[in-house]
Amino acid sequence: MSRIAASEAEVALHDFRRRFVPLLSTVAAILLALLPIVAAAPLLPDFGFLALITWRLLRPEIWTPRMALGLGLAADLVAGHPLGQSMLLWTAAFLVFDLIDSRLGFRDYWMDWLIAAGALILHTVGAWYIALLMGSDVRFAVILPQMALSILTYPAAARLVLALDRWRLAR
Amino acid sequence: MPPPPSRRTGFSRKARYGMLLGYAVAIGGMLVALLLLTIAIVDPQGFAALRGGALDATAPASAGGRSVSGFFSGIGDGVSNYFRAGSQNARLRRELDETRRELMATRTAQAENARLRALLGLARETPDEIAITRIVGSSFLSARRLATLSAGSEAGIRVGQPVRSPDGLIGRVLETGRWASRVLLVGDGASSVPVRSLRGNVPALAVGRGDGTIELRTLEVGANPFRAGDVLVTSGVGGIFPPDVPVARVVRIENQTAIARPLADPARVDHVVVQPAYQPAATGGLDSAAPPLAAPPVSGPPAPTTPPQLQRDPDYQPALQDAQPGMVVRPRAPEPAR
Repeated sequence: MSRIAASEAEVALHDFRRRFVPLLSTVAAILLALLPIVAAAPLLPDFGFLALITWRLLRPEIWTPRMALGLGLAADLVAGHPLGQSMLLWTAAFLVFDLIDSRLGFRDYWMDWLIAAGALILHTVGAWYIALLMGSDVRFAVILPQMALSILTYPAAARLVLALDRWRLAR
Repeated sequence: MPPPPSRRTGFSRKARYGMLLGYAVAIGGMLVALLLLTIAIVDPQGFAALRGGALDATAPASAGGRSVSGFFSGIGDGVSNYFRAGSQNARLRRELDETRRELMATRTAQAENARLRALLGLARETPDEIAITRIVGSSFLSARRLATLSAGSEAGIRVGQPVRSPDGLIGRVLETGRWASRVLLVGDGASSVPVRSLRGNVPALAVGRGDGTIELRTLEVGANPFRAGDVLVTSGVGGIFPPDVPVARVVRIENQTAIARPLADPARVDHVVVQPAYQPAATGGLDSAAPPLAAPPVSGPPAPTTPPQLQRDPDYQPALQDAQPGMVVRPRAPEPAR
């Protein structure tokens, strides 16, 4: 690919890609909830939340916390969670990430994984507790496999997001 | 990776205020989300239009891929069947012998049943169905066990109606869109189905545990009356589920709690039947319930019905009024009791 844009259209295309790849990839991850899978027990990670925090940990500057609010609303409507669940949990996660970033001058991949693991655990427990409030009396042990699997999926998600980010910023 | 400098607002007052405003919006949004969540907990039917619309918009995507996922989930079964062919063959032969004997007994009972029904003059009751549809997706990301159907209120599906497959009970309708609806599966933690065991007629509540199994809560105190292998059918108590629909089979007893597994696996069934609520009043509010029958439904000679009589003036005095025969006058207000 040449370094110099050939036309105005190419500039516009690159600009669109640079701006919207994070958003569109996260929306695509949210839409994975529509996969025609009927599971007897929760196992798969919440793809939307995983993509969201991976983008946020890799590129802290692209989204303000209120972005999580809108994406959370979309996730609630698509996945059929009680309205407000993802809005609340995702925005809270973004605020906590901002707090961590303001205290922590520096973080590497392992720190990212640790922070993501904490966020994923709190997110799963929060969703479980909200389900409990809604009358779904389920033992805590039921959500443990999902929690473990989502923490183990983080490295793969980080790879994928990193590749997308490189493609997004490539000239 | 150090946080990039663009997060630092520096001395620009405008940038600092902008950032502060961003946090204010985020926290305000969280409060709104908390409010929405409270509404969802207090009134699960709130925002039904919004949620139904989202359901309608997203269900076709799930429906498109259902056959593909069916193919892939069949692969695992095929492989394991291949490896366990020998032992499976022996077990199936044994089961076939048992089943043949049971089938003979059942046929005899059926014939007797039909004869007795004919003697009683009862027509065979056919539970009517509202819609036959497919399960196209589920809430596999959350701890809830909900499934999506590819038919909604346009097909006549309403909240609260029971859903079953040929194998057994699937659940009941939780929310509807126009062309899609969501079902609370019997394995969900919020689902409780009144059941009875076929052996011994023990009543119990089948409450989901969220991991594909069901816990049986007996209504009486004492030793657990269930054994592994007991089949549970709906009892019809509560008025939502019609009686005698198979629900689950007890698989094990765990410290005095019977654990059962649903007979119908929502991941495998092709088609499900949505039925009307057994007694429709059970799903609505108290005031929407139908009034009790005016006459008791007894079989016998119909009660003598008197034709509605014309109300005549009780103070009829021909000399004063000279009314025409058959003249109708307005009924008077009842006199106060003395």
